[in-house]
Amino acid sequence: MAKLSFEGKSFTDNLPKIYGVYTGGFLAFFALMAIFEQLGASADLIGILFIAFTIAIYAFIGILSRTMQVEAYYVAGRSVPPVFNGMATAADWMSGASFVALAGGVFMGGHGYMAFIVGWTGGYVLVATLMAPYLRKFGCYTVPDFIGTRYGGKLTRLCAVIVLFVASFTYVTAQINATGTIAARALAIPFEIGVWFGLAGILVCSMLGGMRAVTWTQVAQYIVLIIAYLLPVFWMSIEQGFGFLPQLQYGDAVQRIMELEPVLGVGAPAVATVASDFPGLSVLTNLHATPGEGAMAAWKFISLAACMMIGTASLPHILMRYFTTPSVRAARTSVAWSLFFIFLLYFTAPALATFSKLQLLDPNLPTAIIGQPISEVLNLTWVQKWSSIGMLAVADGNGDGILQINEFFLRADIIVLATPEFAGLPYVISGLVAAGGMAAAMSTADGLLLAIANALSHDLYFKIVDPKAETRKRLLAARILLLVIGAGGAIVASLQLTSILGAVAWAFCFAMSGLFFPLVLGVWWKRANRQGAVAGMVIGLASGWGYLIAVRSGMDPWFGLDHLRFGIVGASVSLVSMVVVSLMTPAPDEEIQRMVDEVRVPRGDTVIPSKA
Amino acid sequence: MIGHLIVWFFFAFVVHAFAAPLNNIYLFHFPLGYYMAAQGSLAAFVIQLFIFMKQQDKIDRQYGVAED
Repeated sequence: MAKLSFEGKSFTDNLPKIYGVYTGGFLAFFALMAIFEQLGASADLIGILFIAFTIAIYAFIGILSRTMQVEAYYVAGRSVPPVFNGMATAADWMSGASFVALAGGVFMGGHGYMAFIVGWTGGYVLVATLMAPYLRKFGCYTVPDFIGTRYGGKLTRLCAVIVLFVASFTYVTAQINATGTIAARALAIPFEIGVWFGLAGILVCSMLGGMRAVTWTQVAQYIVLIIAYLLPVFWMSIEQGFGFLPQLQYGDAVQRIMELEPVLGVGAPAVATVASDFPGLSVLTNLHATPGEGAMAAWKFISLAACMMIGTASLPHILMRYFTTPSVRAARTSVAWSLFFIFLLYFTAPALATFSKLQLLDPNLPTAIIGQPISEVLNLTWVQKWSSIGMLAVADGNGDGILQINEFFLRADIIVLATPEFAGLPYVISGLVAAGGMAAAMSTADGLLLAIANALSHDLYFKIVDPKAETRKRLLAARILLLVIGAGGAIVASLQLTSILGAVAWAFCFAMSGLFFPLVLGVWWKRANRQGAVAGMVIGLASGWGYLIAVRSGMDPWFGLDHLRFGIVGASVSLVSMVVVSLMTPAPDEEIQRMVDEVRVPRGDTVIPSKA
Repeated sequence: MIGHLIVWFFFAFVVHAFAAPLNNIYLFHFPLGYYMAAQGSLAAFVIQLFIFMKQQDKIDRQYGVAED
């Protein structure tokens, strides 16, 4: 292994073998941990071993793929095969929020919440049809690189760097927050220290090898996170008698929940005097599969899905993954594979939420707690453990000594982490899930930090401040920036300003407000010019941001567009201002127009000549 | 490409606007409105992208602009 080089044809040919051995090794480690548990190892020890072992592997890959070449550092040498790029993109994409919070949201929020699932997959159709192949053909290193070259001008490039920074930095604090939370729980250290521990793990993957290191660790992280997500669901499905293909067979479980809901009185709010004792926790009041009544509920679903889709197509850390493929065709293939790998997790999330809910509700299952005497429920180990850290609470609102559905309080974010315990699965599964959550959050944080640091070092430092900087100096600057931004992110994360999911939705809305139309029109509308692009970015971001502040400080949202959906306002303003300003100012010169034509033709060299 | 965007629009938005009435129909024991949001639309997007990839390759070859 030690002589393994991370480039060249023999390396790419061997990839399936390398990752096959890796997957086998990880499963063997899982089996070893299961044996340890049987031999009496404590739950804490298993948790620590899982986190430590997986991070050690990522670090090992990160160090092996260190590089001092520009092409390797920024775009992994443009040699990543489409299927593997698909896996890396899936890990890049599925953050702590997807892994930890999504199923919990569906558990608590029901149908309305599934707009996230539809939005986070549908966005890839936009990426494939409108963006990825064309940006790959352009041959840029970063997203601002495309904007800067297509429209010309340092100001344009600077605006793109600013939008990228705002969106990605918002996103990265949420991820560092998630790594901190998991590290804190698994290693039994305070959250503030956990955040720095998580950051150290993230940096070790990206510092030395840039995009190349991040690519190969992300593939490894994808494998860990998908195993960790699927295994408990398969286990519960088989145990509850729904069969070996849970995703296709949980229809009866959904129907059973719909049957139980009126019996158990789902929808009754908690007794107000009791609820005020548990800030941040809530009882289950939304129906599982029944959408809300009327046009407003449908509009809310659609507008949230639209924000997530358009946001997907404008997030720089996702788009830059498609710069690493060997060809335009490979970029297209790679988008399809990315979506397939993402789909594997997302179509499992509602199944997880359904099984987890049924475990708690169905009086025919031994794990049910609703309808049981409260004194018995309070004796359960997992109830005690999660209540002690303030994530769960039980209170007898009507004083009858029996637990009703509106007397069980919990935080949505714990569902995925706690489900193995609800279902009475062995602790080794909980350790596996913690490692998976860590992998999800770390891989996204890596991609984001790299996107920011590359934009600042390539676009701000090299293209604007010091165009004569030599390679060594450029790559050094990129690494220093990575450290500084990571530290900044950790400091903001330790303040815990907003929830993980809130911050993620904001990042999407920022990105779509400022970048979507400048990118799309840059490829598809020859008449779009520099002034229009600057107007689109600046006015779009400013109006989206302004609307967010207005809604947060008490303004009535327009048409139900609340703080999760402000991107719709920002992006519409961005489109209008970009078109109006472009038409009022002169058309771009012939050279730019020819460049746009060339972008749509896959054959031939990249538009920006490569200088490996 | 426009065709693909129409299919995308249908599965992304149109079906979910009618989730409530669709829930009275059952597919593989799932209420259909729920099923579309949990799996149906997602699967449609995946299949659509693989078809798009094939079609686009064919177009590139047909007009002689494919890479080698």
